[in-house]
Amino acid sequence: MIEFRGVTKQFPDGTVAVAGVDIVVPPRKTTVFVGSSGSGKTTLLRMINRMVDPTGGQVLIDGTDVATLEPVALRRSIGYVMQNSGLLPHRKVIDNVATVPMLRGEKKAAAHARALELLDTVGLDRSLADKYPSQLSGGQQQRVGVARGLAVDPNILLMDEPFGAVDPIVRSELQQELLRLQGELGKTVVFVTHDIDEAFLLGDQVVIMQQGGQISQAASPAEILANPADDFVADFVGANRGKRALHVTEVDGRRLVVDGDGRPAGVLAS
Amino acid sequence: MNLLLEAIAWIFDPANWTGAGSIPERIMQHLAISATVLVIASLIALPIGMFVGHTGRGKDGAVTVSGGLRALPTLGLLTLLGLSIGIGLQAPIIALVVLALPPLLAGAYAGLESVDRRTVDAARAMGMRERQVIGKVELPLGMPIIVGGIRSATLQIVATATLAAYIADDGLGRFIFAGLKTRDYAEMLGGSILVILLALAIDGLFAIIQRLVVPAGVRATRTRELRSRPTRPRAVVGQPITEGNRE
Repeated sequence: MIEFRGVTKQFPDGTVAVAGVDIVVPPRKTTVFVGSSGSGKTTLLRMINRMVDPTGGQVLIDGTDVATLEPVALRRSIGYVMQNSGLLPHRKVIDNVATVPMLRGEKKAAAHARALELLDTVGLDRSLADKYPSQLSGGQQQRVGVARGLAVDPNILLMDEPFGAVDPIVRSELQQELLRLQGELGKTVVFVTHDIDEAFLLGDQVVIMQQGGQISQAASPAEILANPADDFVADFVGANRGKRALHVTEVDGRRLVVDGDGRPAGVLAS
Repeated sequence: MNLLLEAIAWIFDPANWTGAGSIPERIMQHLAISATVLVIASLIALPIGMFVGHTGRGKDGAVTVSGGLRALPTLGLLTLLGLSIGIGLQAPIIALVVLALPPLLAGAYAGLESVDRRTVDAARAMGMRERQVIGKVELPLGMPIIVGGIRSATLQIVATATLAAYIADDGLGRFIFAGLKTRDYAEMLGGSILVILLALAIDGLFAIIQRLVVPAGVRATRTRELRSRPTRPRAVVGQPITEGNRE
């Protein structure tokens, strides 16, 4: 369990990125922080592995204040997946995946054997192991990034807009893949995105952030849609724009679901 | 033209290839001075440049200092040092170190600075210590630019090490100064040609090394990206920031 208690971050230039955030991230569930640029969601994520230290409040992992933990050891125990994969361009795929285990002193042979298994886990062919990141497609690079994040079998996986730079088809593939993985592995996933659809798809808990680093609402997707806390949330999730104000009409004997503008969104399954 | 032929004849005269002060001996002296200078200057400039490039701190200072050093006339500095230290190799070595510092410093900080900050951030987020970030990420990726700095410094040292003979009995410059004094222009020009050839040969060697230190993964970039590449492939790393989706 990760707990934010009255967490604030003010940068030296006076910008307040996060203002008094209290939130509990439940274990073995996916929590998605969603908001537009400048809402402090990435800053919150980076506080968990001390890439950013809060200027006020506490971040606790299983009751331990992370400020008391050594940053390097902490980071090596937490998986981190970032946008543009963040792979080391001068290392082969297999060495990239094995980086953190080897930093922790694992033998090369063991780390490589495990890295190959992880390529299977994330749905990559083992023949890619000896390629360099620049030889892979964006989607493949992102999968390698996920494999690397899982390499030390961490309890916590931090994902900072991991699918932001791939095209929509690949993104949707990767999202399904993440859902499958999460079903199998049951990690505590903290996911940051600005895409509300992605948030609703992946999140057990969705945390909607607004400008100035405050939480507008934290709840399950269903609850947010049913009871948006305020106009900002309603607008952000699209409830006011008709995008999610769906209704059913009948066309040629089939029941279609159409949105507020009358555009078909799908077919109602019987 | 006649003089040039005489100079070439002087170079190939067997008498100049044996005994004290022969061409091979002078070349070895020249190389020894250049190597000494390069090692001393590297020990000073590379750590400072790497610190600046890694932390991003003190960059203005480094630029100012290296710019200032660049503006110092080496011959003037050598004369000044020679007058205070005296005859011998000390003064030319110090003067040449001053000459070599700016390119080394610039290469070191530009090399580390050129590495994509997102790559560095990812390395840190994975749990690399600062030392490991430098050693495993920034150095290998910045190496081509660092070697470029060393290459440019070496070229300047080898070319300018002729000045050592101004104040000491050392190096290929000896032929130039001796020829000037005795009005033996064939010897003078022959000595100059040897310096030029030596400098070009060493520069060629560094060109090869510079190519070899480009990390494999950076060289292995897919060819089909060539279309969208605004500049020639660079040694330094990081994915170009492109609009739209990359597949």
